[in-house]
Amino acid sequence: MSVNVEGYVHSVETGGAVDGPGLRFVVFLSGCQLRCLYCHNPDTWHMKDAKKTGVAHLLNEVLLYAHYLKRTGGGVTCTGGEPLTQPEFVTAFFQGCKAMGLHTALDTNGFLGEHANDALLNATDLVLLDIKAWDPGVYKGLTGVELAPTLRFAERLAEMGKPTWLRYVLVPGWTDNLEHVTELAEYAAKLKIEKVEVLPFHKMGEPKWEALKIPYQLKDTQPPEPELIAHVKEIFVSYGLKTV
Amino acid sequence: MDRVTPQVLDSELSLARPAFAGTSWKHEINVRDFIQNNVTPYTGDETFLASPTERTLALWKQVLKLMEEERAKKGTLDMDTEIVSTITSHEPGYIDKPLEQIVGLQTDKPLKRALMPFGGIKIAEKAAAAYGYKVSKSVHDVFTYYRKTHNDGVFDGYTENVRKARSAHLLTGLPDGYGRGRIIGDYRRVALYGIDRLIEDRKVQHAALDHNINEETIRLREELSEQLRALNELKAMAASYGCDISKPARNAKEAVQWTYFGYLASVKEQNGAAMSLGRVSTFLDIFIERDLDAGLITETEAQEYIDHLIMKLRMIRFARTPEYNDLFSGDPVWVTESIGGMGIDGRTLVTKTSFRFLHTLTNLGPAPEPNLTVLWSNNLPDAFKKYCAHMSITSSAIQYENDDLMRPYWGDDYGIACCVSAMRIGKQMQFFGARANLAKTLLYAINGGRDEISGKQVGPAMQPVSGDVLKFDEVMPKFDAMMDYVAQTYMDALNVIHYMHDKYCYERIEMALHDRDILRTMACGIAGLSIVTDSLSAMKYATVKVKRDNRGLAVDFETEGEYPCYGNNDDRVDAIAVDLVERFMKKLKNLKTYRNAMPTQSILTITSNVVYGKNTGTTPDGRKGGEPFAPGANPMHGRDKKGALASLSSVAKLPYQHSQDGISNTFSIIPGALGKTNHGRKDNLAGLLDGYFMSGGHHLNVNVFARETLMDAMDHPEKYPQLTIRVSGYAVNFIKLTREQQLDVIHRTFHQCV
Repeated sequence: MSVNVEGYVHSVETGGAVDGPGLRFVVFLSGCQLRCLYCHNPDTWHMKDAKKTGVAHLLNEVLLYAHYLKRTGGGVTCTGGEPLTQPEFVTAFFQGCKAMGLHTALDTNGFLGEHANDALLNATDLVLLDIKAWDPGVYKGLTGVELAPTLRFAERLAEMGKPTWLRYVLVPGWTDNLEHVTELAEYAAKLKIEKVEVLPFHKMGEPKWEALKIPYQLKDTQPPEPELIAHVKEIFVSYGLKTV
Repeated sequence: MDRVTPQVLDSELSLARPAFAGTSWKHEINVRDFIQNNVTPYTGDETFLASPTERTLALWKQVLKLMEEERAKKGTLDMDTEIVSTITSHEPGYIDKPLEQIVGLQTDKPLKRALMPFGGIKIAEKAAAAYGYKVSKSVHDVFTYYRKTHNDGVFDGYTENVRKARSAHLLTGLPDGYGRGRIIGDYRRVALYGIDRLIEDRKVQHAALDHNINEETIRLREELSEQLRALNELKAMAASYGCDISKPARNAKEAVQWTYFGYLASVKEQNGAAMSLGRVSTFLDIFIERDLDAGLITETEAQEYIDHLIMKLRMIRFARTPEYNDLFSGDPVWVTESIGGMGIDGRTLVTKTSFRFLHTLTNLGPAPEPNLTVLWSNNLPDAFKKYCAHMSITSSAIQYENDDLMRPYWGDDYGIACCVSAMRIGKQMQFFGARANLAKTLLYAINGGRDEISGKQVGPAMQPVSGDVLKFDEVMPKFDAMMDYVAQTYMDALNVIHYMHDKYCYERIEMALHDRDILRTMACGIAGLSIVTDSLSAMKYATVKVKRDNRGLAVDFETEGEYPCYGNNDDRVDAIAVDLVERFMKKLKNLKTYRNAMPTQSILTITSNVVYGKNTGTTPDGRKGGEPFAPGANPMHGRDKKGALASLSSVAKLPYQHSQDGISNTFSIIPGALGKTNHGRKDNLAGLLDGYFMSGGHHLNVNVFARETLMDAMDHPEKYPQLTIRVSGYAVNFIKLTREQQLDVIHRTFHQCV
């Protein structure tokens, strides 16, 4: 691993408990190709808005919290932005974390899956794969890009036997088509996805859009009803998948 | 003492066999030895616990109803205005006698507050008046014209400097107008030895002082005589409830009851700021285990004794003034009970009764009292750690303190008084000293000793900062010199207070349950640590411009540039906080103390952070005049931007060796941020506690709930009668806080992620 690699790190959260198992040191990398309508971190879209950070510096910071992370079977999570915009940095960072005995998780939308070479995936214990929508048209409308690269990445992970959790953001009017959900569940089951996280849409990102003076298009969209969330989870469960 | 014949005979101790093990404790008063020889450590989980009995539920329902009536009457159900409270002043009181398995009330009626004028008659009268009562003329006359009080004595002794510092709120919350508390009698001795044996022991010690009569031995002889009287009164009080406590407790029920009588005697006589219980759970477990083994009781009965004890502890009340309530909001008593921990031989002191105590939060629902304090060690049994985490998540009623950090200092039979003050049970006491306002001290350094609000010259007239920019290198020497003045004035005040408290308001029953020769600490404290730290960081790393008013006082500040804030695990600023703690402690150590007490300090505010803030002008860190301080050693809210672990890590750097009276940190998190499943949340919270204490953190209050819950409770208090929340060092019933304090709690950092 190279300790001289630098990356654009937007910020870090020294404790997270919702992005992978246990307590986690979460790194928000900047840069993303997608323009998801509900994005809650639009301030991480542009890579060069962030501070350049050396991987050694970041690893030193992780070391301060290693005892917390290890006690809970936790570790580090790279998210963003889209971490695969900076694959070399992620590889070096994960390799360093593995050397410390920490669990590593990559939170990605999979669009740049081809950037993830074997070295990166070998240093990754868990992939949190966001499939933002099942229907390619809806996917494009929601994110601005094609769905196909993400599915190719999902299938590659499955072939490798890489532990993968599927994350699905439930947005009323966009991703609540139950037929689409059913097809996605069937697909996920075939890929032997370990766990499915159904994440209800929320508007916590809206103030950031306002601050950046970008029009927020989901102003009138409401968070999904609990019944709908439960129903969507049941569909995944009916295909033998574990959900949270 | 004859060391061959045991002073406590096995036949007296037990109806059941086998007798308790060990010898040392039978020859001398040594509760720790009894525990070490007889404890049954428990490493299993909570599945053995029993539900409340019908009797418990019926009784608790009555207590809840009384508490509801109390709230409806603005917080005070009834108050005594005639009888000066002593151990034996009142007839026995009951809630519902046939239902009560553990008996004893402070007065003749439940929740009726006793009259305790020895601390100060004016204060007692003020407390009564605040709730529409009037102290009787005869009591008024006796304590006004014939019997001097603690409060009178203190003001006879105060220096001009102390008076000025006190009215300027440089020194706040001093126990000159209320009982000092923070003394823990070893109430277990009552159960283990019985009163007769304790009296015998006192008599021998008294006789040992027949020679060498000087001021010190005279004082001690008088104190021992007072203690003897108190022990006799304790026996008489128990007898009025139909219990003969002259001999040791013979079974579990008696052990719980005898121990409680000891505690009850102390809260009948002393209205101390914190009246803590000590470390009784593992002690009581020994009696419970023996009865369970002998088939004399069932688990349900064992839990019932504990439930009924806890119910009584939840009903302890004192008459207090509105000023006191502003400082320490929510009617706290600090019936602190220390649970768990490890023995110095490596065995855990967690027992089934550690679980039973925490289980009362389920059986009776959450409550702020008793102040349940888990002594956390990395080596605690996993199942217990997870159970604690689970109970924190469901009740927010538990605080945690680092046993691995404290054990080398205080051994394995210490307890926590109040919030964070460790003391060896029965072998150590403290002179409680509230705290000095460090943030105001900094402003005095900038303003040449003049108060930023009143403009009066309170501190020494030193050269103020004259330039328009606060430079770290210029301010620091001035601040250091001003700290010298504060430390000296502060210690003067405490010496006077404790001299007078010993003289006019002596804790005779609590001290009767101590060894004769004990360690005394002079427990000083500081408030405003995070404010001063961030202010100094701003001066060091950014440009702080001063704005002065027409009196020439710095009353506002403007900061240009970025600077590191305490709470982000950044050594540049955290080192300033560490330095402040060490620096002030060194100054305290150099001062002469009353009764040669060992100076210590705490970083703890309780809810007084609101009052300190109200009386302190704008500070260079950007906090506006009147705004609350952060509680205890917490970073200022909103300034810890790197998540919870970074925030915890900053606080964990503060050196316990220079703050042996404790370092309080309050941690609030929304449930969802602790994990997605119940199981995950438990594991994550237990791991977080492990991590914090491995890093050297001393104390952590854990709150788990959503801000929305608190907002709703502010608007609809009737929906949340038992909503409990941890503030600096104790727990309160949220709906009993003043609105100002409720808002302060809500504004503080709620970690959205761990």
